[in-house]
Amino acid sequence: MHQLEQSLRDLVTRAKAAIIACDTLATLDKVRVAFLGKKGELTVQLKSLGQLSSEARPAAGNAINAAKVQLLEALEERRLSLESVELAAALAAGAADITLPGRGQTAGGIHPVSRTLQRIESIFAGAGFAVEQGPEIEDDFHNFTALNFPPDHPARAMHDTFFFPDGRLLRTHTSPVQIRAMRAQGVPLRIIAPGRVYRCDSDMTHTPMFHQVEGLVVDRDVNFANLKAVLHQFVEAFFERTVNLRFRPSYFPFTEPSAEVDIWSESGRWLEILGCGMVHPNVLRSAGVDPEIYSGYAFGMGVERLAMLRYGVDDLRLFFDNDLRFLRQFV
Amino acid sequence: MKISEQWLREWANPHTDTDGLAVLLTMGGLEVEGADSPCASLLEGVVVGRVLHKERHPDADRLSVCRVDIGAGDPVQIVCGAPNVQADRCYPVATVGAVLPGGLKIKRTKLRGMESCGMLCSASELGLAEVGEGLLELGPEATVGESLVQLLRLDDWILDINITPNRADCFSVLGLGRDLAALAGVPLKTPEFVKIAASCSDTVKTEVAAPAACPVLATRVIRDLDPVACTPLWLAERLRRAGIRPLHPIVDVTNYVMLELGQPMHAYDLDRLDGSQLTVRFATPGECLHSLDGTTLTLDPDVLVIADASGPVAMAGIVGGAATAVQSQTATAVLESACFLPAALAGRARRFGLHTESALRFERGVDFAGQQRALERATALIQTIAGGVAGPVVINCSDAHLPVREKILLRATRLQRLLGHQVPGSEVEAILQRLELNFATVAEGWWVEPASARFDIAIEADLIEEVARVYGYDRLPEVCERPSQKLGRATETAVPLRRVREWLAARGYQEAITYSFVEPGQQQLLLGESTEIALSNPLSADMAVMRRSLWAGLLAVWAANRSRQQERVRLFESGVIFTSQDNEIEEKNMISGLLSGSSVPLHWSDAGAVPEDADLFDIKADVQALLQLTGASDEFIWEAGEHPALRPGRTACIKRAEQTVGWIGELHPRLVRHWDSGPAPLLFELECQAVFAAAIPTAQPVSRFPSVRRDIAVVVAEDITSADLLAAARGVAGKRLIDIMVFDVYRGDRIESGLKSVALGLILQETSRTLTELEIDRTVAAVKERISSQFNASIRE
Repeated sequence: MHQLEQSLRDLVTRAKAAIIACDTLATLDKVRVAFLGKKGELTVQLKSLGQLSSEARPAAGNAINAAKVQLLEALEERRLSLESVELAAALAAGAADITLPGRGQTAGGIHPVSRTLQRIESIFAGAGFAVEQGPEIEDDFHNFTALNFPPDHPARAMHDTFFFPDGRLLRTHTSPVQIRAMRAQGVPLRIIAPGRVYRCDSDMTHTPMFHQVEGLVVDRDVNFANLKAVLHQFVEAFFERTVNLRFRPSYFPFTEPSAEVDIWSESGRWLEILGCGMVHPNVLRSAGVDPEIYSGYAFGMGVERLAMLRYGVDDLRLFFDNDLRFLRQFV
Repeated sequence: MKISEQWLREWANPHTDTDGLAVLLTMGGLEVEGADSPCASLLEGVVVGRVLHKERHPDADRLSVCRVDIGAGDPVQIVCGAPNVQADRCYPVATVGAVLPGGLKIKRTKLRGMESCGMLCSASELGLAEVGEGLLELGPEATVGESLVQLLRLDDWILDINITPNRADCFSVLGLGRDLAALAGVPLKTPEFVKIAASCSDTVKTEVAAPAACPVLATRVIRDLDPVACTPLWLAERLRRAGIRPLHPIVDVTNYVMLELGQPMHAYDLDRLDGSQLTVRFATPGECLHSLDGTTLTLDPDVLVIADASGPVAMAGIVGGAATAVQSQTATAVLESACFLPAALAGRARRFGLHTESALRFERGVDFAGQQRALERATALIQTIAGGVAGPVVINCSDAHLPVREKILLRATRLQRLLGHQVPGSEVEAILQRLELNFATVAEGWWVEPASARFDIAIEADLIEEVARVYGYDRLPEVCERPSQKLGRATETAVPLRRVREWLAARGYQEAITYSFVEPGQQQLLLGESTEIALSNPLSADMAVMRRSLWAGLLAVWAANRSRQQERVRLFESGVIFTSQDNEIEEKNMISGLLSGSSVPLHWSDAGAVPEDADLFDIKADVQALLQLTGASDEFIWEAGEHPALRPGRTACIKRAEQTVGWIGELHPRLVRHWDSGPAPLLFELECQAVFAAAIPTAQPVSRFPSVRRDIAVVVAEDITSADLLAAARGVAGKRLIDIMVFDVYRGDRIESGLKSVALGLILQETSRTLTELEIDRTVAAVKERISSQFNASIRE
């Protein structure tokens, strides 16, 4: 028995030395086989138990098992240690330069005019304005007559109009949608009408096509004070800052009273940004609405103008040049 | 309208500076767009000088040597080249040290040996006129030594006021003064108009054949005019500051009165008229007028004219004729002061391209009570300047045709309801008074009588605007409406355009916005011949017809960007196209895209290999992804199609419910060179309404049992499409076949020419149990059997 214990101690000592000496998982496994494999030293010892007397067998068995536990623990400890070393090496070898660009498609972008239109729609949607559309090729009735432009009135001449041979025209403003919406839906009504409009004019500050957003609210007891409030809120929501603005009396055939709205710009001057007013009784009548019962306000804004102010664009024509180097600035 | 601030202040003088005055007018609806100095420089050192003595330069024929009294110290010697210099006359002298507009600094100098200490100046040299002929002669009002700034009152501002088309009455100092006085709450200082009694009986006979167009015609003859009279400096300066060039004393006076009172006038030379009768009538077809600006106008029968015995002598209220105009020798003038109504003139001036000051006013409305007043005012000025003996004023007035100014009831309740604010009654009345609108107070409010000058006041709303703007828009409150009780809509039955845009942008497309009108030739190349919707007045030939597709615009953007070294171009546009059938115009919203350049951006991991150019299947993937947004991808059928813009064999027509809803393909190689030399771009166009109708998702249970994949390869003729194969497989495999894909298409050595091998991956699954091997084998066998029999295919094992 004493002899057995001595030889087990030797074995454990040798095995532990061999385990410590291992520097890969593969060699560690060889050590495991050498001691604990089918023909391993300790396994041989275990198999030889049968040759002992029945009295000596339990003590010898315990001693061998204790040695086996020691070896297993040493092996496990070494395995964990080697695994973490190997993982660290694998991670180090697999490190990428994470500053290199990713693979695949890069993003495009939405045109600044669309982006502006979408924002305007969102802001008004919050106050219950529905979006309405109207045709771009209009007739004289909807573009002018129903909007209280008398025939041959100088105010018509101010709209440089594109005509078609049959007398139809490209709408010069989004205001015709006022008439169409009132006729189609009746009142009360609360809409905005964004869209393309056309004027026969092209120079530094004019393009023959541009975008407007029309607004129209008709209800009982809608008044100028409401118009002032809604536009002040809009302007501040659009520019996301406190804005000093003024309502300046002006003239549009389809509103009375009429006003233009100027904002005090960061460059220290008044900038005109939109026109508005109380819907002219003749316009309500031409849409079949009784102006004694209903009143309304309307406004119209130039989208490019707002986009220029918002994004610091200094030349209107850039919007229609579609230079990718310009457009990519608006993702 | 441009007007001198000094002049305006003679009529209404608020206690505020120029900026304050501009704000008052602007906030009253008379927007002051600018204020300019009447002189380009301060003209320091420019004084009135009197030429005492003039003699010819001993060494230069064209130069004179003058001794000039400049009021301070001894007279100075000035060498002058102007031909009109005369002794005993006064001219502006730029003294030594003065700097003229343009930077010319006056120095003591010698001209051909003679000393010159200053410069005698013309109007243009002082920046007071665009062209100057000779020295500016200063009249008797000039005092030697007086600074020119003081003499001409150049310490002024020219106000540039934007008069809206409704405010015809404000095209005059009188009208502006009236509004300014009302806005500032200061008195309007109206000069008293003296009636000048006739000193002779000379008249012209007048006949108004069109009283509905011309209800008032006032005339007066003034004879024995001084033919050498000159327009006084002060008057010329006021005209100049209003942007009107002084021409002739009589014409200058009529222009002055027009600026002052808003009444356009015309002066004829009586001796040049044929006969002594003026008739107001419509032109007879083909009649001509040789106008003052030298052109011959052929008149239409809706053009109102003033005629003498030989024919038209003026286009009424628009322009006078050259043959009968006053000129330097005119001894007897006939002044015409008429009221032509806007309806009779509307559009005529524009038709002839004549944007005259007179037409501007008459088209918008001229006070029909002001003709005689203007005539008296002009007579007084003419007599002061050019003497003359005035005949009686002859007025031809048709009361029945005067514009009607009906009284309007302004209801206090309506005023408050529309403004959302109560303007005190006393303030309403004060405003009406200041605007010179007569009214009577009644229980509901006020009965108001619009003034004859106000063509813009016809209904109650007009009066509400008058009250509001004079009261001040900035004094009206901001009041939020009651919140809307109606909730918004958020439909799922159509894909929102915003989502489509964002989807495309996320896949690398940049949105463009192009004009809705295009060049017709290019459009026909792309879309074939069809009815074009052509503008009557296009800005240019390349913007002449309405677009029938968004492709022409996108191709132009593509080419422009290629020329700016942009190799990868992915574009989309959303917008309306226009088509015409039987005179009915249809507008359809479209989404179109263009793809060109590499399919993916160059990437470092490709070891320098340039990525391949995008092809049809790159753009198809993008379109398929878009169609997925509808939740109804299966409803779209892709068919080989033919389109004039697209390359045959690489063109697909997209159908939904048997309607063509879109096209996709490669630009026809024949067309590429019309835009660019590069490789053909890929295009798609979808009709929004039909394409983006969306299905609301209906949830299906997800199977808990495993799925299996089985691959087969079939060899079929080239004309068998993958869609044919998939449809056949689906038809026979039933619901068990939950997915099927083409994972290889092979043509080459191992396959007979004209045939192709298509590899299909079948994914099989049941919802309620695990499939057995036997079931799987049977299903796959059935698919093979169907494909081989239906398409005469051989199965590759």
